[in-house]
Amino acid sequence: MDNDLPLSHEDVAEIAAILEKSGYRELDLSTRRFHLRIAKSDVAGESLTQEWQWAGAAGEVAVQPTSAAVDPNAICSPLPGTFYHAPQPGAPAFAAPGDTVGPETVIGIVETMKLMNPVHAGRSGTIAEIVVPDGTLVAKGQPLFRLA
Amino acid sequence: MIRKLFVANRGEIALRVIRTAQKMGIATVLGASEADAASLPARMADDVAIVGPGPSAQSYLSVQRVVNAAVRSGCDAVHPGYGFLSENAAFASAVLAAGMRFVGPDIATLDGMGDKLAARALAVEAGLPVLPGGAAATRADVHTRAAQTGYPLLLKAVSGGGGKGMRRVDRAEDLDSALDMAQAEAQAAFGNAAVYVERFVAMGRHVEVQLLGDGANAIHLGTRDCSIQRRFQKLVEEAPAPAMPLAAREAVEQAAVRLARHLSYRGAGTAEFLVDATDFSFYFLELNARIQVEHPVTEAITGVDLVEQQLLVASGKPLSLTQAMVRPVGHAIEVRINAEDPDADFRPSPGRATRAAWPAGEGVRVDTHISTGGEVPPFYDSLMGKLIVHGQTREQAVERLNKALASLHIEGLPTTTPLHRRIVSDPRFIAGGVDTGFLNGLAQ
Repeated sequence: MDNDLPLSHEDVAEIAAILEKSGYRELDLSTRRFHLRIAKSDVAGESLTQEWQWAGAAGEVAVQPTSAAVDPNAICSPLPGTFYHAPQPGAPAFAAPGDTVGPETVIGIVETMKLMNPVHAGRSGTIAEIVVPDGTLVAKGQPLFRLA
Repeated sequence: MIRKLFVANRGEIALRVIRTAQKMGIATVLGASEADAASLPARMADDVAIVGPGPSAQSYLSVQRVVNAAVRSGCDAVHPGYGFLSENAAFASAVLAAGMRFVGPDIATLDGMGDKLAARALAVEAGLPVLPGGAAATRADVHTRAAQTGYPLLLKAVSGGGGKGMRRVDRAEDLDSALDMAQAEAQAAFGNAAVYVERFVAMGRHVEVQLLGDGANAIHLGTRDCSIQRRFQKLVEEAPAPAMPLAAREAVEQAAVRLARHLSYRGAGTAEFLVDATDFSFYFLELNARIQVEHPVTEAITGVDLVEQQLLVASGKPLSLTQAMVRPVGHAIEVRINAEDPDADFRPSPGRATRAAWPAGEGVRVDTHISTGGEVPPFYDSLMGKLIVHGQTREQAVERLNKALASLHIEGLPTTTPLHRRIVSDPRFIAGGVDTGFLNGLAQ
């Protein structure tokens, strides 16, 4: 870690302005800590771009867990996040085994990026099982409920 | 003067605070969660203290863990950024009790403004107009209050901010389910489920005023218009508010300063108003006692580093700026680039940016913590970065924004960039002065 940030946004804007007026297409700057490319675009109507890459940050892309064979009776999470059974701690759960649900019935919520997203049953049926415990971090497409 | 600053936040705002602190010769310690240990702000800070695991309730929202980490790392001040604990009076008190400075207003102000209902009352005291509505402690109270204000109405988190815990309700039969969701969001985001009721104004503009105060004196740094919103999340912000007569702008600016003086406000703050899009009459909404996401548009037109002003005031210095010294130049526009999928109803889309090429050029500023290979964890909000353009005129700013958005390329996860490209080419946006219903009329 260093005492000083490499370039301010004013610096980048200034380098971009110099590059724009020059005959050069792009500028590449590599140090031990970062790689910066400021480049002109070939496409009319586009401005220059700045692309930063930090040492050690170019790691492998996280593999999305996929449920191999999804149970046809499963209701899956529409997005990654934390799955909750009830609207708030201590409140009754949205749905319990034995409950009859319709496509629009809210049966849980998934909190992603601080937003509460309702989980709809998506079809009619009877809840057989809540597969995932309250407050669990779930992947997109992970089964949450099983219908009878 | 502050010697060593604890940054109790993450993402682009953590990086933003670190930049100014380092420019001022102040050492920085980032309080990061385990999920953010390899983030760009963690690399840039002089030191990193882990405050807990990924979920914010156990890290960024834990008063005890954050204060302990700040004390252990020998910091003499804490900058809370925005969101998380930034307007939490208990947190600010704990910071002061531990012998550190809190970069924000006095506890009394946080107490008054963190509670949006108390804020309404204080604004009324200062002579500012407010919308019909008010407190609703129980479900029955919410129904009673709703019957008074009528529909459509808004449920708003008492400890709210950033649109979290806010729900528009159009029909009485939807009130109960909307209340459940609003309370759950409010609980998750602020640790307080309480909500209140306010009349919803359809043809309104969201106009806010940037304030700076030192406890004795207060000035404004002009208006920002944040009318383009989706689910109460601001998407586009500009300064000054476009297509608004100078006299109308001055009226809200003066009202904001009146409130700041009434509160003996200390630090940077923002007074938010709902402005009638046709006759420019206005209502006070809330005062955000912190730095705002959209502060860079004000910085662009005034040349004032707002984080520097925050740190100076927190050090005990009187404001060195006077109202006459603030001379805004030109027009600035900011767009928020969020990790959200425009093809799936803007669902949050955490993941890794396999490539992040941001725009560059004259009048272009990018505040982001996401570079190529950067990770957007699922625990926090979806903001990846802010693109800010500045021009001599609004026309030039719009033109620069158009070009900049054309050259913005983020790969590996979907972003709101395509939405912004549609906004910037919409004739209503090009003309300026749209109301909060703008997005509903946007061409697909």
